[in-house]
Amino acid sequence: MSRKPIVGVLALQGCVDRHAPHIEAAGGVFRAVKTAEQINAVDAYILPGGESTTMLKLIDTFGLWDVLAGNFSAKPVWGICAGSILMAENVWVDENKTKTQKSFGLMPVEIVRNGYGRQLDSHVGVIDGYNVSFIRAPVVTGVADTVQVLAEEGGIPVWLKFGKHRLSTFHAELTMDHPSPMHREFISGI
Amino acid sequence: MPQAVTICAAAENVKFYDPDIQETLIFSPVGAIDSPEKSLKRLLLTMTTSNVINLKTGLAEMLKGGVIMDVVTADQAKVAEDAGAVAVMALERVPSDIRAAGGVARMSPPELVQKIMETVSIPVMAKCRIGHFAEAQILEAIGVDYIDESEVLTPADDEYHINKHDFKVPFVCGAKNLGEALRRIGEGAALMRTKGEPGTGNIVEAVRHLRAMNTAMRRVQLMDDSELMTEAKNLGAPYELVKMIKRDGKLPVPNFAAGGIATPADAALCMQLGAETVFVGSGIFKSEDPKTFAKAIVKATAHFNDPKMVLEASKGLGIAMTGIEISKIDAPMLMANRGW
Repeated sequence: MSRKPIVGVLALQGCVDRHAPHIEAAGGVFRAVKTAEQINAVDAYILPGGESTTMLKLIDTFGLWDVLAGNFSAKPVWGICAGSILMAENVWVDENKTKTQKSFGLMPVEIVRNGYGRQLDSHVGVIDGYNVSFIRAPVVTGVADTVQVLAEEGGIPVWLKFGKHRLSTFHAELTMDHPSPMHREFISGI
Repeated sequence: MPQAVTICAAAENVKFYDPDIQETLIFSPVGAIDSPEKSLKRLLLTMTTSNVINLKTGLAEMLKGGVIMDVVTADQAKVAEDAGAVAVMALERVPSDIRAAGGVARMSPPELVQKIMETVSIPVMAKCRIGHFAEAQILEAIGVDYIDESEVLTPADDEYHINKHDFKVPFVCGAKNLGEALRRIGEGAALMRTKGEPGTGNIVEAVRHLRAMNTAMRRVQLMDDSELMTEAKNLGAPYELVKMIKRDGKLPVPNFAAGGIATPADAALCMQLGAETVFVGSGIFKSEDPKTFAKAIVKATAHFNDPKMVLEASKGLGIAMTGIEISKIDAPMLMANRGW
């Protein structure tokens, strides 16, 4: 890309602004997006951490599903924690896999919400030599052969690549060394 | 060149250089007892890792731009989740009922909190009394996601708050001004909220507290470094945190609004005054149509700075909760005055 890529962080709810210094340091332009107009005007997307149920409700309430789905089929998307739940093809709300949740199905993986447990099970990990946070994080329980596992933690895939899309169950944006290797990797591929 | 030591942080780019560390050692009362490293870590919100926002504040970061709703039953929790709440606060009674009932208000029964935790997949918070660390220990044992050391309940200690650094579960605390907020953060609160005046449906106190905080932070930012220690003394706030306010112009942890939010417009007002999420207590389940109200407040909060969207959210709601004039409340029931 001849100009700086514009990265839109979906800003309906969640951890949005923390991405700005990472995106800028990795050579991108940060944009918080929440209307159809704003969504159409960027080159790539970060679906941020937050509450996936809240984001789904708001996407429905504001009629943004088709706009997002259309853009996601053409542009790179990186889903983080709650955002990774919106991306995964199969989403289970509970460990016993009794209840599913709607998603954009951008990556053929199976994911279980809050798979590590509650806040008391939140933890810091090290991926590619960089500190990252798992906060009430989901667990990836199944990965198609076509998906590239970029990193695992304790035998669980946590950083994944599928075509132009990325998925992480951890947060790199809460670490204050800018940019994170993940932001660098994502933005260099736009 | 002084060597940069990256400490944490709840604040962005918190880098302390050697001179600052020296100052910390000299002035911090914590530094007198602990090792320098431990002293800094404690002061900066029980950091676990050098350059990562600690996990307690990390969860608060995820709750930004949302609505946290008070619920008293599992059914209400489900309504809140379905409406798009980012979290629920599990309570035995909403603040307006606590106000009406009088007497001593305590932590909710564990079964109630557990039932709500089983019902919804979003984070569940619960309240303990100010200073009641045993109630907090019970809530931590239950495994709640956040504890609110709250003035809505009757204080258990009229002098001291809980040492929140002792807990693995994060705490949110209320404050009506900057000094109070920084004292709570110094004690380990990972998230702040205004106190407002809970259970009144009257937004005036929350607005007062948001404005007081903003004014005080702007004042600190304009100060000369040599004035900061006296300002810390006057605020009754930790000096290191006052220095962070001067540098960042904002609290080192997220600041949410609470206490008296009853309509979508109230939520938009608080968000525009700088709150990063809103707590709605009695406002939803004391309204005529809780489901509609809950959805409307979520909608207005997501687009708080777009009057057209807030207008849309404000239509067809039915009757909001009945409000109370603050001057009509007896002094002992002014909850904002609880906390030290």
